[in-house]
Amino acid sequence: MTNASKESFRFVVNGEPREVTNYPLSRLLDVLREDLELTGTKEGCGEGECGACSVLIDGRLVNSCLVPLAQVEGATVQTIEGVADGERLHRVQRAFVEHNGAQCGICTPGMVMAALELLAEHPTPTIEQIREGLAGNLCRCTGYIKIFEAVVAACQQTEGPR
Amino acid sequence: MTGYSPDYHVETPANLAEALEKLAAEPGKWRPLAGGTDLMVLFDAGMLRDRHLLNIARLRELRGIEASAHEVRIGALATYTEIKRDELLAHELPMLGRAARESGAIAIQNRGTIGGNIVNASPAADTPPALLAYGAQVELVSLRGSRTVDYAEFHSGYKTMDLAPDELLLRVRIPRDPRLDGALHDYRKVGTRRAQAISKVALAAVGRVDSGRVTLCRLGMASVAPVPARMRNVEGEIVDNALSDEVIDRAVAAVDADISPIDDVRSTRGYRLQVSKNLVRSFLLRLREHGDDRR
Ligand SMILES: Cc1cc2nc3c(=O)[nH]c(=O)nc-3n(C[C@H](O)[C@H](O)[C@H](O)COP(=O)(O)OP(=O)(O)OC[C@H]3O[C@@H](n4cnc5c(N)ncnc54)[C@H](O)[C@@H]3O)c2cc1C
Ligand code: FES
Ligand code: FES
Repeated sequence: MTNASKESFRFVVNGEPREVTNYPLSRLLDVLREDLELTGTKEGCGEGECGACSVLIDGRLVNSCLVPLAQVEGATVQTIEGVADGERLHRVQRAFVEHNGAQCGICTPGMVMAALELLAEHPTPTIEQIREGLAGNLCRCTGYIKIFEAVVAACQQTEGPR
Repeated sequence: MTGYSPDYHVETPANLAEALEKLAAEPGKWRPLAGGTDLMVLFDAGMLRDRHLLNIARLRELRGIEASAHEVRIGALATYTEIKRDELLAHELPMLGRAARESGAIAIQNRGTIGGNIVNASPAADTPPALLAYGAQVELVSLRGSRTVDYAEFHSGYKTMDLAPDELLLRVRIPRDPRLDGALHDYRKVGTRRAQAISKVALAAVGRVDSGRVTLCRLGMASVAPVPARMRNVEGEIVDNALSDEVIDRAVAAVDADISPIDDVRSTRGYRLQVSKNLVRSFLLRLREHGDDRR
């Protein structure tokens, strides 16, 4: 059996054009963490169940452990590192801080990304929509109540897109 | 443990013709890769045996949901998110959106495709029961041409199906049957949690009563046989009959002939059989209540 060769793939990450040379089936999760040193995206299960690896591709929430590098060619990726505006936290991040939505913090980047997609899709979500929006993100620490409170609080702020 | 990416070749054809040429030139060598929500799970577990993947995710020819006067065509690459948001589907074929909404969480729905769900051929998959109930067909394409087969005939056994190594699933075709308007569309998924759990049993059923007799009745079930199950014996007891208690009892008894559930990690044979009968009975009772009423 012959090995595959590394290939170059270009895509935009957090607003910056990047080029990565690696095997085409490399997981986006590993490419982000190892090639691009963006370690905010976490690995939990490595099988699509926990959401710790959530990022946005072309504005849509995905599990980066299930996305091969070859499928991000030409795409736009947003990770947790691209959510704050410099030092200024996004309102979702602020709400997590203010409502103690994070304990160990492993699930938090994924939770924030899921909340971003939720707010983009439903600017004023119902409780049921919040539940559905976060259903793919598991947390072993908080019992979810604080996370829910944070997301509900973020939804209630109406100061523009941030 | 995760897969070892240097072992895997990936080619990204620019269009359908190029993809089909690749499949025809080396039949059986290339495994299509769509949303990857089944294949990448295998890869991540170090269990993906196919070493050559054909990245079809961008093929325009396999995308989109469109309708003609007579049928709705759902491209193989249509995602759960696209399906659950489509207004025509919500209006005319609502069980597809229901099934899509109950398949995985948002991140899975954004990537998982209906074509992948069909060809992955899990007996527990969620869209097949709805496809069976709606009398769907699947269109398969290769360099040799395209052919359309009834979805109810597509799966031949556990993970085996009427798909040649040089073929791709192009689209799903569903007739726009005017009788569906005003019919009862009943989708139930019994799992451990509401969505996201692999079903223990799921039922999609459509039925219609005109002048006291059943004029349309089709049922599809998941997780009750090696393949998604069309409930032909149950349907046979129902169609053209009035829904008396006796007819309903006979139809429920016919469930035994339509399914062959097993014991596995998620449930037992006895439980699945009982739940299946309960679901069928509850559908028929609701259909009787629905009656000729066209709300
Ligand atoms: C966390 C999680 C939750 C899930 N929950 C559910 C659920 O609730 N219900 C459910 O039914 N499924 C569920 N799934 C399974 C999976 O998401 C679906 O089966 C999905 O529809 C697969 O589509 P895909 O495009 O991602 O497939 P891929 O992984 O890309 O492919 C799957 C198979 O189909 C073949 N294939 C794909 N497209 C074509 C084509 N056009 N022509 C020929 N062959 C093709 C591939 O070669 C492969 O064999 C879940 C998966 C995960 C990881
Ligand atoms: S690590 Fe990707 S979903 Fe758990
Ligand atoms: S805060 Fe620890 S997993 Fe959620």
